[in-house]
Amino acid sequence: MVECVHNNYRHHIGSHEEIMAMQAKHKVLATYSYEPTTIERGYNNRTLYISVGGEFDTSAQDPLTASVTGPNGIIIGEKAVSEDMKKKFVGGKGFDLYHLWKAVKADTQWNDACNDIVISPGPLAGITQYPGAGKSLVCCISPTTHLPVDSNVGGYFGPFLKFAGFDAIELQGKAEEELIIVIDGNKHTISVETAPEEAFDSHILGEQLTEMYADNEEDKPNISVISSGRAAENSYIGILNFTFWDKRRNCLRLKQAGRGGIGTVFRHKRIKAVVIKYSGTHANLNNPVKPGLINAAGIRLHKEMSLLDDRQNGMRHIGTANIIEVMDKYDLLPTHNYQYGMHPETPKIASKVFIEKYITQNVPDGCWYGCSMSCAKAADNFELRTGAYKGHKVCVDGPEYENAGGLGSNVGVFDPRWILEANFYCDTYGLDTISMGTMTAFAMECFQRGLYTLDDTEGLDMRWGNGYTLNELMHQMVAGDGFGMIVGKGIRHQKRIFAERFGKVAPEYEYMLQGKTWNAIPVPEEKVVLTNVINPDLDDCKYLKDENYDDKAIMESIKGTPLSNPGAANDSAFVAHPQRWEKIEGIPTISREEIADWPVGKPYYSTDPDCEYTNGRPWVKMTQEQVDYMNKFAMENKGLEYSEYLMKESLAQQGGYALCNKGAQHDEAWLIFMDMVNNQIPTFEDKAEALHYFPMFRTWFGLLGLCKLPWNDVTPLDNKYEAEPAKIPGHVRNYFDIYEGVLGERLDEASMVQQSERVYTFQRCFILRMGSGQRANDFPPVRSLGPITKEEYLSREERYDKQILDKQGIDVSGKSVEEKIQIIMDYRIDQFEQLVDAVYLRRGWTPNGTVKLEKLIELGMDIPELVQTVRPYLKAEGYWPTGEEYAKYENM
Amino acid sequence: MKKLKVDYTLCQGCGACELACSKLWFKEENPAKSAIRIFKNPGTGYNIAVCDQCGACMDMCSPMALSRDKNGIVRIDKKKCVGCLICVGECVRDYMYYHDDLITPFKCVACGACVKVCPNGALTLVDEAE
Repeated sequence: MVECVHNNYRHHIGSHEEIMAMQAKHKVLATYSYEPTTIERGYNNRTLYISVGGEFDTSAQDPLTASVTGPNGIIIGEKAVSEDMKKKFVGGKGFDLYHLWKAVKADTQWNDACNDIVISPGPLAGITQYPGAGKSLVCCISPTTHLPVDSNVGGYFGPFLKFAGFDAIELQGKAEEELIIVIDGNKHTISVETAPEEAFDSHILGEQLTEMYADNEEDKPNISVISSGRAAENSYIGILNFTFWDKRRNCLRLKQAGRGGIGTVFRHKRIKAVVIKYSGTHANLNNPVKPGLINAAGIRLHKEMSLLDDRQNGMRHIGTANIIEVMDKYDLLPTHNYQYGMHPETPKIASKVFIEKYITQNVPDGCWYGCSMSCAKAADNFELRTGAYKGHKVCVDGPEYENAGGLGSNVGVFDPRWILEANFYCDTYGLDTISMGTMTAFAMECFQRGLYTLDDTEGLDMRWGNGYTLNELMHQMVAGDGFGMIVGKGIRHQKRIFAERFGKVAPEYEYMLQGKTWNAIPVPEEKVVLTNVINPDLDDCKYLKDENYDDKAIMESIKGTPLSNPGAANDSAFVAHPQRWEKIEGIPTISREEIADWPVGKPYYSTDPDCEYTNGRPWVKMTQEQVDYMNKFAMENKGLEYSEYLMKESLAQQGGYALCNKGAQHDEAWLIFMDMVNNQIPTFEDKAEALHYFPMFRTWFGLLGLCKLPWNDVTPLDNKYEAEPAKIPGHVRNYFDIYEGVLGERLDEASMVQQSERVYTFQRCFILRMGSGQRANDFPPVRSLGPITKEEYLSREERYDKQILDKQGIDVSGKSVEEKIQIIMDYRIDQFEQLVDAVYLRRGWTPNGTVKLEKLIELGMDIPELVQTVRPYLKAEGYWPTGEEYAKYENM
Repeated sequence: MKKLKVDYTLCQGCGACELACSKLWFKEENPAKSAIRIFKNPGTGYNIAVCDQCGACMDMCSPMALSRDKNGIVRIDKKKCVGCLICVGECVRDYMYYHDDLITPFKCVACGACVKVCPNGALTLVDEAE
């Protein structure tokens, strides 16, 4: 048995006595006692509603069936869950969006008090027999996309919430002081209390609250805490950490609701934490109708995991990070802001390195009971080298694949220590590792391409591979100062701030600088570093052996070139040297609104509230040409940073990202493996169908409270004999079994997809209501479609030349690289547009991406809110249907 | 280390052990609730499927409900067990049992109830040195 009790950060948490003294400082503002219920077929049939304070319009929301109030507008109460709500919205993300729709208006901003963080675990969540059944889905209006965002998360909170008696919790309002919410699922009480002295960062705060509310050591696994961190407040990419107590490690573990800045909203509401306590977890708390079906399905999957995982994905050894080298091999590992898909230094961050040096092995690492996939890996006793916890030995939750991609290859960091350090700080400071990686990659590329200089970053070296910088940006977000304050706002805001700020001073305005110049140290030019080395003979993609790499020879060949990792070679060389400029007399300060009409190239100072950081250098607007150039490689869609798969060569994945309702996340359609590695969707029609089926199928997990990984990260031995192996039909049948086991009804593929389609369509209409959800919003940054720079083209020149000849019938000999880029990009953009046409048609939308009324009727979602939302668009587009049967929708 | 020793060659497949086991632990004579199971071999003779206390299941139990007692017996702490059945899946020889009426799995704890009723002496309780 492995015991991992050496993580030495405990002294920072405080002794038991000190923690109880903290609790003594709490002031209870409101308490609520509720009637216990028995869960019926996975549902409690009620929602917990909490307003932490403030005044806002709640008239459109479902009424409270019981409630208490406290000072400053605090409310704790309950809402009923109707049969219609269960039928149309199922649970999880469906319930979240249902409540969120009623809480907000079309013009609601993320920082309005009415913004509603809704957390729901779904009717299957909490069963312990089937792997991956402890997920919570979290929704709110996002600070980065201004749209409803959904994020799924493990940890024990969701199941405990359900066992405590609620199908969802809504957190609305804005508190006047730092609050915590405490739910005792055994005593059936809820309290809102001030919490002035507890820490903010999750790994400390979570342990403090677990210690505070557990009766004794044995009771600690019965506590789960939701919290964020200090950097979430100063950025737009805040996450929520959901904790569970790891008995074997004897320390707290953190799982993240990562995407879309939900933690930023949480901290803006001044909620420090939500604590839940429930003891008595067992297998059948959902009161299932047929527990035998659940038991049998669970054991089938446990057996597969036990027998096949070592041969297939190695999830039990390294979790999702098992694919790092596979992605690299297939040119899919995002490198240097998605320019390349592979890198000679990838072996330094290959899964083997993490397994052998960092990740504690042979520990059951499920993020909820019963997960034999056990992918929630952790590195124990990891010593931090920077930041607030420098010198501490901590438990790092990860790295997951996305962390290794985003905080590693995509920013050119090929040092596992920097990746783990950034992983840790992202979690405890409350930052999304994916957005952090992608937006740092964008900022780094802008720097490498000379759009701004060291003078703009106070000496923070933004070159590829600087692991110190990566972590320093986060420390700056905590401090609320420094270049990290721009980066932390996300790519959509970075684009605007860079465009307003990092232009070159036009000659006619140089006099305004009064002779001051900036002595920027030169930034090395981008080098073409990679060639296409895809190996078409590779048949066993799933479990690569390391003999494919000659690590030493590669390292030798790149020694001393820009490719070798500067951050790893010399940490101290990259310490920022803070330097601020005196304000220059005579340069005017203008408001945010005045920037639009300000001349390009003319210096100014701004009072932009989105950019507290200024180093004294005056701002200068970029030319439109520079802005257009920058936008080509700004990897966000609908305001959400891309996750870490190089989609450039996979049309299906390009669509999977760009058509995603919440922005560029792969959870709706992770088709890259199917498309590029397993070649399961070769034709155009296959891809369009996959972009219908998989987003719908995958949405279903979020309605029920399930994790997707046990669906396809282990495959039954007989899967290849199935009619449609890509769907893993054996596992889909398991889901029909556990659904029937809990709810008593049998689903089939059509009814399963229909459940999802209702909620998916609702979400599409929701983003339309919030000002997105049209075809233009689904268009991606062009880098996602193909090579847009010389370097990218040249890195795969042979392949691209051949593609142009094969697919377009054009002989490129004698043409310049620029001409060839134009030719291939014209073709690829056209391909993408055709794909969008096909997908919209398949989904029952207009060519502009609006959900047709006929589709709403077919799904039974012809409810007034949705009809009113799509009606003006359908009328303007000429798709409003005529005929007697549609007359009632005219005035609905 | 105490454990149940089996001699397949002596087993006649009467099933008395299964009934004695379920009767002792679950108050009913039901082979599906027995921690020892007798299977007819495809050829001749019988297989006796009962835990040999190897302990491989213990490592995958996240609530740490499985542990070895001072006699070397692997035991399930029902208060800690959450009924996830990972141990059932993890046992390569299928010696960990479950029943849909129950919320926790069960296994042989070498109590010896079956030894007493075996008419052929196929089962014995032994104390093996580590």
